[in-house]
Amino acid sequence: MIAELGHFALILALTVACLQGVVPLVGAHRGQISWMRFADQSSVVQFVLVAISFGCLTYAYVTSDFSLVNVVQNSHSAKPMLYKISGVWGNHEGSMLLWVLILAIFGAAVALFGRYLPPALKARALSIQALVAIGFYLFILLTSNPFERMFPPAQDGQDLNPLLQDPGLAFHPPMLYLGYVGFSMAFSFAIAALIEGRVDAAWARWVRPWTLAAWCFLTGGIALGSWWAYYELGWGGFWFWDPVENASFMPWLIGTALLHSCVVVEKRDTMKSWTIFLAIVAFSFSLLGTFLVRSGVLTSVHAFATDPERGVFILILLLIVIGGSFALYAWRAPQLKSTGLFQPISREGALLLNNLLMGTAAGVVLLGTLYPLFIDAISNGQDKISVGAPFFNAVFIPLMTPMVAAMAVGPLLAWKRGDLARALKTLWLAFVAAFALAVATWVWQSGQSPWGIVGVAIGSWLAIGTLIELAERIRLFRLPLGQSLRRLVNQPRATWGMTLAHFGLALAVFGVTGAGAWKVESVQSMRPGETVTVSGYEFRFDGAAEKQGPNYLTTEARFTVSKDGDVVAQLFPEKRVYTVRQMPTTEAGIHTLLSGDLYAVVGDSKSDGSYVTRIYFNPLVAWMWIGSLTMVLGGALSLSDRRFRIGAPKRSAVPAGAQPAE
Amino acid sequence: MKRKHKRLTFVLVALVLLGGAATLVLNAFEENIVFFMSPSDIAAGKVSDERRFRLGGLVEDGSVDRSGGETVQFRVTDTANVVKVSYTGILPDLFREGQGVVAEGRIVDGVFVADEVLAKHDENYMPPEVADAIKKSGQWQGSEN
Repeated sequence: MIAELGHFALILALTVACLQGVVPLVGAHRGQISWMRFADQSSVVQFVLVAISFGCLTYAYVTSDFSLVNVVQNSHSAKPMLYKISGVWGNHEGSMLLWVLILAIFGAAVALFGRYLPPALKARALSIQALVAIGFYLFILLTSNPFERMFPPAQDGQDLNPLLQDPGLAFHPPMLYLGYVGFSMAFSFAIAALIEGRVDAAWARWVRPWTLAAWCFLTGGIALGSWWAYYELGWGGFWFWDPVENASFMPWLIGTALLHSCVVVEKRDTMKSWTIFLAIVAFSFSLLGTFLVRSGVLTSVHAFATDPERGVFILILLLIVIGGSFALYAWRAPQLKSTGLFQPISREGALLLNNLLMGTAAGVVLLGTLYPLFIDAISNGQDKISVGAPFFNAVFIPLMTPMVAAMAVGPLLAWKRGDLARALKTLWLAFVAAFALAVATWVWQSGQSPWGIVGVAIGSWLAIGTLIELAERIRLFRLPLGQSLRRLVNQPRATWGMTLAHFGLALAVFGVTGAGAWKVESVQSMRPGETVTVSGYEFRFDGAAEKQGPNYLTTEARFTVSKDGDVVAQLFPEKRVYTVRQMPTTEAGIHTLLSGDLYAVVGDSKSDGSYVTRIYFNPLVAWMWIGSLTMVLGGALSLSDRRFRIGAPKRSAVPAGAQPAE
Repeated sequence: MKRKHKRLTFVLVALVLLGGAATLVLNAFEENIVFFMSPSDIAAGKVSDERRFRLGGLVEDGSVDRSGGETVQFRVTDTANVVKVSYTGILPDLFREGQGVVAEGRIVDGVFVADEVLAKHDENYMPPEVADAIKKSGQWQGSEN
């Protein structure tokens, strides 16, 4: 009964979305305020309906209702409660329901909190949201219904894939989806602006918080996902340039570009059609990401059992959304006139450079990700290739190096016309420090990969450059210290956000460099009592014992790690077998130090009592997570800036075309 | 600077960037593309010794030999031909006899020396390449998708 209620609520939501996709749009065109208002009410109704539907599915999971196919396939009565709940979105059908739930939450948020939005823009944006939602409702109801019943009901479930029974992965999909779907807001506003034929500072001020929120969630989601891969897969790495990882990374790159170009539109009234373009591309990449993950067209270490029919549906949806919005763009964008002029060397110029580099990087990742499909298609399935990490590293790092280098300079350039020589002179300390550290690294690492040196150089350049920019802003040492401190406290939060985000990236660069260039790995078979020395740390294998978990059996090994005779840590890597699916998983034993992670994995035991073990020393990995967290924090701080809360400035003049009285 | 010149500057910067990116991509493609081969492809002599490639197929039943310490030996088959594989390290959790596997490495003295054996996240999932390799050898027993 509960499941039918959920199913019915979803169908109702589809009906409401169909109305919402038409009525407000027509109302905005005709200038009928009551028709436009309909979008507010229907958005809230849609949210309530989808929330009921999602609640029903969650109820079925929590109570282990094994008459639902979806619950049987992905749950088990003995599963801990956290994973019963996360199991709701730990499968295809449920994750799509989560997707529309988030879409509905964002829609309702615009309806309820967008009081300062002009009614026509708001009505149009919500209509576009509804049109996107219709696609996903149909997708769920026609190809992936989570409420499907089975008769007779199963005795018990088949359990959730054990790899997903993990706190990191419980929250990874919702974060990622909040990011993906957040870009749908920027997309809807962009399409609404194209229909209106008007983009101005006020528009950018409304779009920026949504983009910022989406960016924060996406950054957090990607970091959480790679953290999970780091400790759960036991391969010692956190980023594999896998198609599924790339699928979340491309929207991030374009989203970052969008975030920066929104600033230009808001402050300088220029780069308008470019910003609209980016908003469309960011959402297109989000849809493409969903398509790649859900269709299984690419071989991925992350791929789950998939269904080609669903892939075709999302592909069609993708073509309609991308094709339609670009056609509209081609037709309307030339009408968007920019007024702000600027020199190539200026803040605008620097932000444009950021956009170009981010866009190129996203393009390259797209090319590498889709190239195997392309080759497969033109050779009629005869040639199958894979494009792996070496390709992406060889292309992506050289592109990102100038990008990070420019990031320290950009904020020091003035709007309109900047003075590059002066900016560089201000940064002399960063240059000297980066150079000194690079030389020190070169001496220390003697003859290993040159990228280690480059990473240290640009990381320290950006970190110190960002601090210098902050010091300039508060006029440190040029005003009395008290005044400087007051200026520091009074910096707008958006400025703090920028400083934190840039500084966080510098920290992450150190993390990536350390783990990428200086990782030490050692594979051997060990008997209890034997030791192996990795990077100056002595790992003693103390033996392994069988234990019983809530729904798995585990072989837990113990390593005692010591340096110069002092015990540093004990590591407990596990090899689990989840009883229901008889599926083994690996849990790495990790001890985090700021200088690097001690990382141990235990493998199969052999008849002579020895175990295959894999030991890593991963230098500086912790800075990867600290850096990502700092970036998210920066974004969140910027989001809390007062300017976004008190609403945008009133629009300057009544635009041409149909615009109702406000 | 005139407006036209400014626009020209931006276009030039964009072109330089794209040109640089294209050069990087082409170089990287040449060196880093990895072809996918089935045991039958190797038997047909499609593989040169130096080149890295990916090998896919099923782990032959009863072929896994763990006697060599941390080095494991097994055979990969597409049911028509068989290739010997040697791998040093911990095999992925879902590595099993009779199941699909994808390994990356190169041929040394007639043995495929893998430096990477790819895991899957789901026991019901078979990499499409493995399915194709088995279909090509005419032994496919699953459904036609």
